[in-house]
Amino acid sequence: MTFLGLMIPLLPLLGFLVNGLLGKYLPKGSAGWIGSLSVLASFVCVLLIFKDLQAEQAISIDVFNWIALGDFSISFGLWIDALTMIMLMVVTGVGFLIHLYSIGYMHGDEGFTRFFTYLNLFIFFMLLLVMGSNYLMMFIGWEGVGLCSYLLIGFWYKNEPFNDAAQKAFVMNRIGDLGFLLGMFFILFHFGTLDIQTVEQLAPGLASNGGLIMIITLLLFIGATGKSAQLPLYTWLPDAMAGPTPVSALIHAATMVTAGIYMIVRSNVLFALAPDTLTIILWVGVITSLFAAIIGLKQNDIKKVLAYSTVSQLGLMFVALGLGAFSSGIFHLVTHAFFKALLFLGAGSVIHALHGEQDIRKMGGLKKLIPITYITFILASLAISGFPLLSGFFSKDEILAHAFEQNKIVWIVVAVSSFLTAIYMFRLVFLTFFNNFRGSDETRSHIHESPWTMTFPLVVLCILAVLGGLIGLPAIFHVSHWLNTYLASVTEPSAALIHHGDGISHGLEIGLMCFAGLAAIVAIYLMYRKYVMQKAIPESEESQQGFIKAIANKFYVDEFFENAIVNPVFKLSEWFGTFFDKKIIDQIVNRTATTITSGGQALRLSQGGNTGTYVLAMVIGIVVLFIIRLLI
Amino acid sequence: MMTILLLFLPLLAALVVLLGGSKHASSIALGLAVAELAVTAYAINVFQTEGPEAFYVFHTWIDSPKVSFHLGLDGLSLVMVILTNLLVPLIILSGFNRTIPNAKGYFSLILLMQFALVGVFMAMDGLLYYIFWEVALIPIYFIALRWGGHNRVAITLKFFIYTLAGSLLMLFGFIMLYWYNPEQSFDIRELYTMVISQENQSWLFWMFFLAFAIKIPIVPFHTWQADTYRESPTQGTMLLSGIMLKMGIYSLIRWLLPVLPLGVAKWGQLAMILCVIGIVYASIIALKQKNLKNLLAYSSVAHVGLIAAGIFALNIQGLQGSVVQMFAHGVNVVGLFFCADIIFNRTNTNEISELGGIRNLAPLFSTMFTIVVLGSIALPLTNGFIGEFLLLYGVYEYNVWLSVFAGLTIILGAAYMLRMFKKVMLGQPSSYVPEFPDLYWNEKIVLGVFVLIIFGMGIYPQPIFNLVEPVLQDILSHSIL
Repeated sequence: MTFLGLMIPLLPLLGFLVNGLLGKYLPKGSAGWIGSLSVLASFVCVLLIFKDLQAEQAISIDVFNWIALGDFSISFGLWIDALTMIMLMVVTGVGFLIHLYSIGYMHGDEGFTRFFTYLNLFIFFMLLLVMGSNYLMMFIGWEGVGLCSYLLIGFWYKNEPFNDAAQKAFVMNRIGDLGFLLGMFFILFHFGTLDIQTVEQLAPGLASNGGLIMIITLLLFIGATGKSAQLPLYTWLPDAMAGPTPVSALIHAATMVTAGIYMIVRSNVLFALAPDTLTIILWVGVITSLFAAIIGLKQNDIKKVLAYSTVSQLGLMFVALGLGAFSSGIFHLVTHAFFKALLFLGAGSVIHALHGEQDIRKMGGLKKLIPITYITFILASLAISGFPLLSGFFSKDEILAHAFEQNKIVWIVVAVSSFLTAIYMFRLVFLTFFNNFRGSDETRSHIHESPWTMTFPLVVLCILAVLGGLIGLPAIFHVSHWLNTYLASVTEPSAALIHHGDGISHGLEIGLMCFAGLAAIVAIYLMYRKYVMQKAIPESEESQQGFIKAIANKFYVDEFFENAIVNPVFKLSEWFGTFFDKKIIDQIVNRTATTITSGGQALRLSQGGNTGTYVLAMVIGIVVLFIIRLLI
Repeated sequence: MMTILLLFLPLLAALVVLLGGSKHASSIALGLAVAELAVTAYAINVFQTEGPEAFYVFHTWIDSPKVSFHLGLDGLSLVMVILTNLLVPLIILSGFNRTIPNAKGYFSLILLMQFALVGVFMAMDGLLYYIFWEVALIPIYFIALRWGGHNRVAITLKFFIYTLAGSLLMLFGFIMLYWYNPEQSFDIRELYTMVISQENQSWLFWMFFLAFAIKIPIVPFHTWQADTYRESPTQGTMLLSGIMLKMGIYSLIRWLLPVLPLGVAKWGQLAMILCVIGIVYASIIALKQKNLKNLLAYSSVAHVGLIAAGIFALNIQGLQGSVVQMFAHGVNVVGLFFCADIIFNRTNTNEISELGGIRNLAPLFSTMFTIVVLGSIALPLTNGFIGEFLLLYGVYEYNVWLSVFAGLTIILGAAYMLRMFKKVMLGQPSSYVPEFPDLYWNEKIVLGVFVLIIFGMGIYPQPIFNLVEPVLQDILSHSIL
């Protein structure tokens, strides 16, 4: 199994190298298949390991000793256990489907080969991230996926705003990365190792030093807020929609942005030992999920709606982690990967059909024109809205149940943001697919369903989005919760540290589920009445006022950062560069030099060649020395 | 014998090139520099089997004052010599396909520079080391003065006087050491073990530190640098930024820490704070630079500030990080200045606002430039990451808050480099970039080698750690009391 384990990241790396180095010699279009099949092969390796690996087992692979000096050594090591398996299946499985989809979506783009090169590289780094046996390995993947995100957001590099978005994503992520890096320093210094399993075992022994664990977990969490787009480091994600849509699906919905959740679950013992950090995570998640859901209500770009939805759903996952329900966080991560990837790919299919149009006000009536996209999209929307028995219903319900049990205020806020999810999703669905087409006739005549490479992934993801809840059926169905059982070996050590209640009664749980399901249905009906029956169309920006305008403008958070941080730093840069460096420091240097020069010239005058002067100077000198001698 | 060959082959090469005429100067220079590289490769081989003792050379040179011709090649020296002898042929090759007037003088001076640099890294006698240190200034002065840009005369003079002033302080320092030494010599073995009072070490600390701080440069002694880098011809800038400034960093490790431990104990903290301020200060300035070479110069100040900070952290991680990063920075900064040169060669400008849209016209150049940039912003699995990780960790062990402040470099570094890359390479072609031929053969080789080193070192840095670990442990044992 060591061999298979190694193959998992190596195959996409191979795909990257083949496409990157030999791409221009290969027949046109083959890059797509090389890229896709390398990820498929990797997925097969994952399945083969999954078949044989018991849930409580783990594979450890030390590739080589990476850094060994002084008294520490860090290995280039991989680690595969139950949690890794879940992430591997999502990354390679969903990753393959999105590669396949991209063959159709990127067809004819002049950067076709380059696209698959980057995409394979991304998969490679994402696999390192989830397979790394120590924090530094995780950090390689962590920064590596950030690089690929940068390259792919700015994929169409001739477009200036896209390049700005790419740069913003990278730099904002680096802010989080500094937190991660410092967290690693604390771990390395106090634990003497970065190996995750060792740290998890040693952590309870250092728990008496509560402040230390809190600092470490907070720093790691700062890293997570950057990568997983939580307040205040979330503004890069909506901008990241500049990238091709499959990138949004793969990187900015299904995989990379969930790295923060993975990292925290991976370190669940550390976090469980820091209850204050968990509380902070809880509230950051709560606020982010509500805040982003509100902004999502008034966006008119199909991808922006989905982007804010992603931020909001990631917030929900952090709520789960903050409540100490680590496996619930992973459950929602998985179902979210299915339906959000599907939503993005569906949006991509719409954009593809409309030749690049992304404004939902100019869509409408697409359900007959692109039926497969329509059906899969609406099922995904139902899943994310928590429509009864679809995947999102179960994963969200689990988080809501934990919230209800532990903190009623959290439950209320999360329930509201869930309700808003259904609102913004079905506003989107009805505006896009119902009533009549609002674009030009010219565009309408070209609308067509996408090729099979695009619709096939839609259908597969749709099945997963519908049935994905089966991996975590609640106890009221009288079956065991498969995911909880499977992840038990990972989450159990922390479960003992967190005081969980006895759980809520079955009756109450059924009541909560009915309430949530009903809320989703009400939300959908409200939207149906407004956008289908009354045929409302969102008003233009100019006519918006007050609070609505603030929402549509994303609460001016970007402007705030721009004015509070970016511009002052740039001002400082100019002041340092043109004034302080040139006029102060350099002038001191120059003055010192001229002083010495003029001093030399002044001294030269004393050397006039007049013997009398010399003798006088000599006599004065002797006298002075004599006096000094007497005094000391 | 091996040691002598390693040292004098570049000097001989400089003479041969000077006598050989300008027509084939670059080819002859390249051939001889490659020969020197081959000797270096052989030296590595000998080093692996026989250890540093195989390179010990000791001759009495002057009786009074007692100066000896004492050369040595331990792991630290070896790494520096490898860096020098690896970069010099690439620097020479980078000058191919460019019209250089009086080429024989130019390439001869580059080789003379190599001779002095190798000497600095191998000299184990204070005065001998000082002589090589000063000799190194002469060729670079003439290179900048004779082949530089419009404002070369004033700027080169300032550079020369500034660094010379620092060096004279160091000479004075060495003379004082000679006096304090009961054995009356400059030999490094005696300087490492002699006892000097803390008060005297305090003075000596500043004499040496200023000399090195100007050369490195550490803020606020850096103001000569951006102008000199910009006005020097490309190969001069490469020599300065890639190797010559490493003389200062190397000397901090080799001479300052172990010879003046009490001085370091007293003033090291101040030096550390200067370094860390310099990192952030230079990074912030780099954000808004309008000239590509200026931006790279300030970025270099930030990077070497971190290297020096790692040294003053006085722990093995910081020292190991500084050596690895010296190597990585040498490669990356030369690579970056070469990219700037390639752009200037095609567009006649290095003003960032006048560039843009090169990405589409020269895909190979663009990919290689990207990789060098990634190394420079310390992406994991590139050479820049290992060093930066260890350096920041070294600073962390010294003081947590300083490491937070110094760590801002990973954010600011990404910001200014990516901003530069975006404006220079991406977007629509500017009017200065109507056409842009992709890499010529010599450029492909130079950048190709750099790319290989960037990934090779980033993935497997352990050989460098192993080479320098014993030396650094020894130096630490002398510097921490």
